[in-house]
Amino acid sequence: MNFIDLLKRIPEICKTPETLPLEGKKLILDFVTWLGSLVGIAVPPWVLTLVNILVVIVAIIAVFLIMFALMSVWERKILARAQNRYGPNRVGPWGLFQPVADGIKMLTKEDIVPRNADKVVHFIAPIVMLVPALILPVLLPYGRGMVAIDLSVGILFFFAVGAGSEVAIFLAGWSSRNKYSILGAMRAIAQMISYELPLVMSAVIVALVAGTLSPTGIVEAQGGYQFGFFPNWFVFTPWGFVACVLFYFSALAESNRSPFDLPEGESELVAGHLTEYSGFKYALFFMAEYVGMFAINGLLVTLFLGGYQAPLPFLTFIPSWCWFFIKLAFLAFSLVWVRATMPRFRIDQMMQFAWKFMLPMSFAALFSAAAWHYAGRGLLGWGISAVLVAIPYFALGYFCFTRHHSADNRRYLFSE
Amino acid sequence: MSYDYLLLTIFLAIALIFPLVPLGLAWLWARTLSPAKPGHDKQATYECGLESEKPVQIQFQAHYYLYALVFLVFDVETVFLLPFAAMGFVNIPVVGFLSIMLFLLLLVESLVWAWAKGILEWK
Repeated sequence: MNFIDLLKRIPEICKTPETLPLEGKKLILDFVTWLGSLVGIAVPPWVLTLVNILVVIVAIIAVFLIMFALMSVWERKILARAQNRYGPNRVGPWGLFQPVADGIKMLTKEDIVPRNADKVVHFIAPIVMLVPALILPVLLPYGRGMVAIDLSVGILFFFAVGAGSEVAIFLAGWSSRNKYSILGAMRAIAQMISYELPLVMSAVIVALVAGTLSPTGIVEAQGGYQFGFFPNWFVFTPWGFVACVLFYFSALAESNRSPFDLPEGESELVAGHLTEYSGFKYALFFMAEYVGMFAINGLLVTLFLGGYQAPLPFLTFIPSWCWFFIKLAFLAFSLVWVRATMPRFRIDQMMQFAWKFMLPMSFAALFSAAAWHYAGRGLLGWGISAVLVAIPYFALGYFCFTRHHSADNRRYLFSE
Repeated sequence: MSYDYLLLTIFLAIALIFPLVPLGLAWLWARTLSPAKPGHDKQATYECGLESEKPVQIQFQAHYYLYALVFLVFDVETVFLLPFAAMGFVNIPVVGFLSIMLFLLLLVESLVWAWAKGILEWK
């Protein structure tokens, strides 16, 4: 093997975009072997394993950080367009270098720690927040055969690690010794545990139908096309649609995004648990929130939107990993759209919505999924399942949201 | 299998180091180019310009605790559902399926009870 051969392989790899990332990884490993032969030693296998692992990790972190950087501009651009203005357009072409400028600004800002704060915990909190968010994307299948680790308990691992961010938010709120911070942290915990239930439940339903907890297995279960053109994604079944919507809104609440951004509601709580943070610690929180948001929406794509599968049979010429990121980008756009459109919830409305609507609906979706399966997963099952979901939907809507219509029943609550 | 967990371990180590790098850079910048200038008001707890009074870590309303309790019940329930989920509907015998449904109905009943008791009202 020599260097010229390696160089010649690059155009060949680019000709087959479907396997481009996998072949690229192989190329890097061969390059390491070539480097070893240059020095005159055979590279031991454990070094190759280590290089393989490092390539995977660096690729995942790099992709998600680039997405975070792009998203921070994209979000401001879309919000600006929604509000009839231009948004950032000064730094670089179309304001694309805005994240670089933001990063430099964050790095050079003075890091102010309040006198009363618990300094150690105040320092640890952003790190604890970022670590689980960075690890989550490792489980997602990005394309055919493109999964960093195919854990057989992937879904369980995802939620177990993802719960770490709740601890971090409470650490941040508690250590700041600030009333706004601690109120924000309390609210964040109440909100996140409430919305965790529909989130996990809807994932469990998908796992029950697919018969596996591994994300790759779940994506494979959604392969193929009904009647030759209609994708077998779970979102196109009644129970799957309900579970998908529940998952989407729970994911919104879990990542503390508008309209569920009460913990950071600036009109009430300044910035919630972020009040006493400045400099790069604040940036780390911001980064963790966005990376976590991408990870959980990547899981939504995996569970309901068919992961890396193409929506129509004739579109399979586009590589599978592109489909994953196209769907993720679409979801990211929808998140910003929701943020630009919806007003913030009131806290009692939000808690009621979680406990009195989303949780019972997730149970209904489970029963409906069982009916769908036992009726043979065909059109009959589709109909029964739709009825089983529609009845609780209208009943809950009637019980929860039509009772408090009279004006004198309304109470104004200050934050507590 | 061991490869998976090796990758996770290395990823954990890198994820721990990753935030420390920019924090270290920021510290170096503060150290060399723009030393911190602490002040009485600057380091004070932010409270919209007022002096912060009374301890912050006070008792909170018990309602958060009730939510936590109900959450615990349902979270443990999902943990019990996960082994069934790993098997899937296809592999669960009818008796197993009926027992899940019974279990879920008990939990739905507990939710209804909590609802009727008014635990789910945010006060």
